[in-house]
Amino acid sequence: MPTNNYLPHLDGYVDNEGPKIVTSRFNDPNNYKISNYKASGGYQALESALDISPDAVAAEIKDAILLGRGGAGFPAGLKWGFLPDVYPRYLVVNGDESEPGTYKDRLLMEHDPHQLIEGCLITCYALGIETCFLYVRGEMALAQERLAQALNDAYAQGYIGKNIYGTDVGIDIVLHWGAGAYIVGEETALIESLEGNRGMPRLKPPFFPAVKGVYMKPTIVNNVETLSNVPWIVTNGADKYKEFGSEASPGSRMLAISGHVNRPGVYEVEQGEVTFRELFYGDNYCQGIRNDGDVKMFIPGGGSAPWFFEEQLDLPLEAKAVGAAGSMLGSGAIVVMDQTTDAVKACLRVVRFFARESCGKCTPCREGTSWEEKILQRILDGAGRPEDLDLLLDVGSQISPGDYPKAAWEAEGLEAVPFPPKQTTICPLGPSSVAPITSALRRFRPEFEAKIAAGRTTVGASS
Amino acid sequence: MTATESSAVKATTGVPFTLNGQELHAEEGELLIEACDKNGVHIPRFCYHKRMESVGMCRMCIVEVDTGRGPALQPSCMLTVTPEMKVETESEATKDAQDGVLELLLANHPLDCPVCDKGGECPLQDNAFAYGPGESRFVEEKRHFEKPIPISDLVKLDRERCILCDRCTRFASDVAGDSLIHFIDRGSSTQVNTFPDHPFASYYSGNTVQICPVGALTAAPYRFKARPWDLTGSPSTATVDSSGSRVLVQSSQDKVVRIQGVDSDAVNWGWLSDKERFIYEANVSEDRILQPMRRAVDGSLEPMRWNDALKQTSEALGKKAAAIGGARLTLEAQHVWQKVLADEFSVVSYDASLGDDVSADVVDSLPKATYDWAFNAGSVVVVVGQDLKEILPSIYLRLRGVVKDGSVELVEFNYKSGSLAKLARKSVQSRPGELAKDVKQAFTATPGERSSDLNCLVDTDKPLTVIFSRPNVAESADYLTEALQVIQSVRPDAHFLPAFRRGNTVGAQLAGLTPGVREVATEDEIIVEQVAVVGRPTAEILQEAANGEVETLLLLGADPISDFPDKALAEAALDAVNTVIAVDCFENPSVASANVILPVAMYGEVNGHFVNSEGRLSPLGARVTAPGLVRSDLEIAASLAKTAPQSNSDAQSSLETSHMLGSEPIAWDLLELSSEGARIKTPTKPIQRVKADVPTVADGLRLVIGNKLWDQGTIVENSRTLAGLCETFKVRINPADADRFGLTAGAEIVVKNAKATASVPFITDSSVAEGVLWAPANVRGFDPRSFVTFSESVCYVEVSAGEQK
Ligand SMILES: Cc1cc2nc3c(=O)[nH]c(=O)nc-3n(C[C@H](O)[C@H](O)[C@H](O)COP(=O)(O)O)c2cc1C
Ligand code: SF4
Ligand code: SF4
Ligand code: FES
Repeated sequence: MPTNNYLPHLDGYVDNEGPKIVTSRFNDPNNYKISNYKASGGYQALESALDISPDAVAAEIKDAILLGRGGAGFPAGLKWGFLPDVYPRYLVVNGDESEPGTYKDRLLMEHDPHQLIEGCLITCYALGIETCFLYVRGEMALAQERLAQALNDAYAQGYIGKNIYGTDVGIDIVLHWGAGAYIVGEETALIESLEGNRGMPRLKPPFFPAVKGVYMKPTIVNNVETLSNVPWIVTNGADKYKEFGSEASPGSRMLAISGHVNRPGVYEVEQGEVTFRELFYGDNYCQGIRNDGDVKMFIPGGGSAPWFFEEQLDLPLEAKAVGAAGSMLGSGAIVVMDQTTDAVKACLRVVRFFARESCGKCTPCREGTSWEEKILQRILDGAGRPEDLDLLLDVGSQISPGDYPKAAWEAEGLEAVPFPPKQTTICPLGPSSVAPITSALRRFRPEFEAKIAAGRTTVGASS
Repeated sequence: MTATESSAVKATTGVPFTLNGQELHAEEGELLIEACDKNGVHIPRFCYHKRMESVGMCRMCIVEVDTGRGPALQPSCMLTVTPEMKVETESEATKDAQDGVLELLLANHPLDCPVCDKGGECPLQDNAFAYGPGESRFVEEKRHFEKPIPISDLVKLDRERCILCDRCTRFASDVAGDSLIHFIDRGSSTQVNTFPDHPFASYYSGNTVQICPVGALTAAPYRFKARPWDLTGSPSTATVDSSGSRVLVQSSQDKVVRIQGVDSDAVNWGWLSDKERFIYEANVSEDRILQPMRRAVDGSLEPMRWNDALKQTSEALGKKAAAIGGARLTLEAQHVWQKVLADEFSVVSYDASLGDDVSADVVDSLPKATYDWAFNAGSVVVVVGQDLKEILPSIYLRLRGVVKDGSVELVEFNYKSGSLAKLARKSVQSRPGELAKDVKQAFTATPGERSSDLNCLVDTDKPLTVIFSRPNVAESADYLTEALQVIQSVRPDAHFLPAFRRGNTVGAQLAGLTPGVREVATEDEIIVEQVAVVGRPTAEILQEAANGEVETLLLLGADPISDFPDKALAEAALDAVNTVIAVDCFENPSVASANVILPVAMYGEVNGHFVNSEGRLSPLGARVTAPGLVRSDLEIAASLAKTAPQSNSDAQSSLETSHMLGSEPIAWDLLELSSEGARIKTPTKPIQRVKADVPTVADGLRLVIGNKLWDQGTIVENSRTLAGLCETFKVRINPADADRFGLTAGAEIVVKNAKATASVPFITDSSVAEGVLWAPANVRGFDPRSFVTFSESVCYVEVSAGEQK
């Protein structure tokens, strides 16, 4: 069977020093094989989970405060508690990772597919679920191949299917490939896609997956990394888990760092123990900015997160602290930009992503994001007008009305862009396009103005 | 847009909520947008449609709502009212959101209002005017698409105008079940489109044009024909079939240019089939006969004076005469024709239906259901006969809705599975000659030997409605009659609903223009008048005519050569009579042998009433003047009465009053004519129990001739756009039979029996019962009635592989 011939295929994992929870087996290049996984203790967490009651397993996860790693950071144990007493219910694994800068779930699926499968099986057992859907992004060929092989092997060896470990517990896992749409990472759009429809989000309320999910049945959607933590917690216990990380955010996070750092990659980092500065400059991590430069701005948690600047470098990598400072750790994608970066171009780059990936379902996002893109493109093309900057903010405020349009945050002494945003849209994708605009304009308005002024002279001269 | 408005009645109980500071009540589970409507507070909207599930896409209906956690912007079409909810539809935040949505919707909108069909009645224009920002700050190049693209023969799509509200696409997939239009692409390139090479070929495509809130979808027959402010409309009823769909007939410059569905709760919920919607094109067909005609010796037609035509008709009716047809007339015209024929000319042989439908006696012997009764949640519907989609398409949509959401259980008995077979509890495939046997088996089997899917038929409290139609004109009608009688004896509580193909068949029965004896009563069972009539079945009339016992045959909008099950007999009859008088608008195979043609007014040109298959009375509106020298049926009948040889003055005056929308045969003043129409209840008149022949057993396949919505019916043939929709003839055979007879797909096959041999195209179709050859009636290419011997109760044909091409 062809393996790893998907070129160019960058692995991206960086083995730094520090505690390992979900990447503990990453150093074995053959860990994706069931024999290797079992040799290092694989599927024993499942066995020990089956020895205790489902409720006890769920309680352990709840006690561990396992925060969701898909973006919103909602505690998994708490989410599981929302399931009404209705059967059948489903587990859906969100492996559609496509937030710009995020590539950590892919590594978890490629390096340790069985760890994810074991996490799914334990979760299903804990919640009385008999069918789990593994939704994997369409472009991730190697992850799909390894997961498919892993599922076949786990079925063949009896870890999935009927009578697992001789009990009367039966669980099926269905592998589903996405068709290449960022929006399908949003849980309700993912469910639509899974059901065979066009991937467009459903409105919450009323369609909260825990109540009305797949086929309108109660459904838990969890991220790949979230579920990959489950076997470790079951093996080692919630108390042990909470010895790592901060009180509010125990454990570790997979952080995908890209941009102008010397050693980009995915790092498993203990939550709250490392600052952004250490991450960017530390020898154990990214080893500094390219060409010995300085950070101009960085995105702390995926394209939809408001930007941070050098004054936030000493914040700890921890959800609560980052949230209090006006952004989010989100999906754990950190994009670092040095002083050579053109803020207008960077802003356009992110906005364009959201404009192109808007599912088109709701008016403000469909029309607003592409309008934002067109204005930014026009400014870069030298045809900007002074009024375009307030217009950008105003279009943004039609997608995500807040207190900050028309440069009001300065007048009100607001430290940061209000976050999470209010929205006129169905899902947060549209508002995601507003964060880079408000961030860039708040900080680099003179850069925008200079572009507009320069553009006006050139345009004037040639006409 | 639908034409009914819910009246504002303020509730005093229910879910308490606050709307703009006012304390009000909503119904349990009511959507906020509906609760606001009821309380006279209008929230602008695009995607919301009360007959479809909300999707919350356009965001136009966003209002500020506080459910205890602070005010938030929420789409009112997705939100159910909860106790103590506080709603602000006029606040700054609400207005900003509405203003924003409109600016965004208009950003890429082409604004070609001056050349857009929708201009003047466009919700986007209206909302922009009432709630929009007034001017645009959008200076970028607008999005471009090719304008417009045909998505079907009837509908064109301009994607630049589309606001992506999902109404058309939702209608297609959720209401019609024809998922042929979809959103494709993403972001601002999102567009509605069809699959490549799969046009939006739906019987219901016109509804999408009506519900599109902009001019993105336009109907080929209406494009550029009128501006909304030129249109005047009359409420009316669709007459192409017996469903009784409520419509608004609209005209401009004295031409019918558009028919819109009206949201009638009891009937069609605003939806129409494309046949109901676009049929008006025939009115302006170039082939329409606009003056009286007589056939010259050389067979050509030449104009004649009305007075001469009436005189000739009157003389001819004074001889041994018979009349066929009239099921498409207004109730008034049916009544007057009946009077004129019976009282003035003593004609006793007449039949409004053409022997190809269920006979009036049978229908009269059964207790009737209404649509509402049949489709009420918790009921069971049994369809016996043809696919409702082909014969009562707009009512099919209501049946589909309740079967799909699981509130009604469906069991069908037929020779070719209907369009709802997959959703049905059970679809029983029968064969000609065995319908009664199979129905009996289903209704009388012991619980042990009965499939559990059929448990809903017997030993249950669930109300049962049987929707029935003549399943096959190539077999004796007795099998259906016996099947219905079996059901009635097992379930005396069952209600019945005839699915007549011809519009005003029930009207004709009430007017006494079909053979039988009937009484007429209002809803509360008061017998108003007893009408005893004779009449004579079409089959007997034609037989007598063929035997030379009839001198004059009057055709009231009838084409027996195309419709009567035994084509040869119809031809022989028309050949044998001395004089054929046709009251019609077009030439058709039967009118071709008419000696005199009296040109008659069409739909939209006459006032009157219509009675649908439920017995619901509703108005027919005259919107335009009849062209040329054309006269209405009423006028023609009344003039004939004056020229009648034994003219009797009593009948005369009765006629004159009837002429003015008179007081007979139904006591109009006892009926309340609401917008839903009054319902006339006919008490049942038991008939003899029928025991159909046991079919002979022979080799070969049993022939079924069934109906398609688009056929060569006279009016469809003369409608410019619709005429092209009729399919060409091909037969359908179950794949197992095709194997058995060694038939290869793609090749023609030879079908033959003692009466005819033909080489015809065929396809395999697993929805056709084994042992059956299914052939469409009256489509282009071949007439399967050539195989039928009318006196035999089941028609066999043999099939074999044709010549390889
Ligand atoms: C536009 C959008 C894209 C998203 N993409 C992803 C994704 O790629 N992967 C993911 O796990 N969650 C994604 N999410 C979050 C999911 O909706 C959901 O919250 C998450 O899968 C829940 O898992 P967790 O609780 O384990 O984090 C996205 C959300 C939005 C609004
Ligand atoms: S916000 Fe954008 S991505 Fe989300 S539902 Fe609306 S159009 Fe789709
Ligand atoms: S074509 Fe009309 S009905 Fe269909 S989505 Fe567009 S605007 Fe809505
Ligand atoms: S009408 Fe409610 S969102 Fe469109």
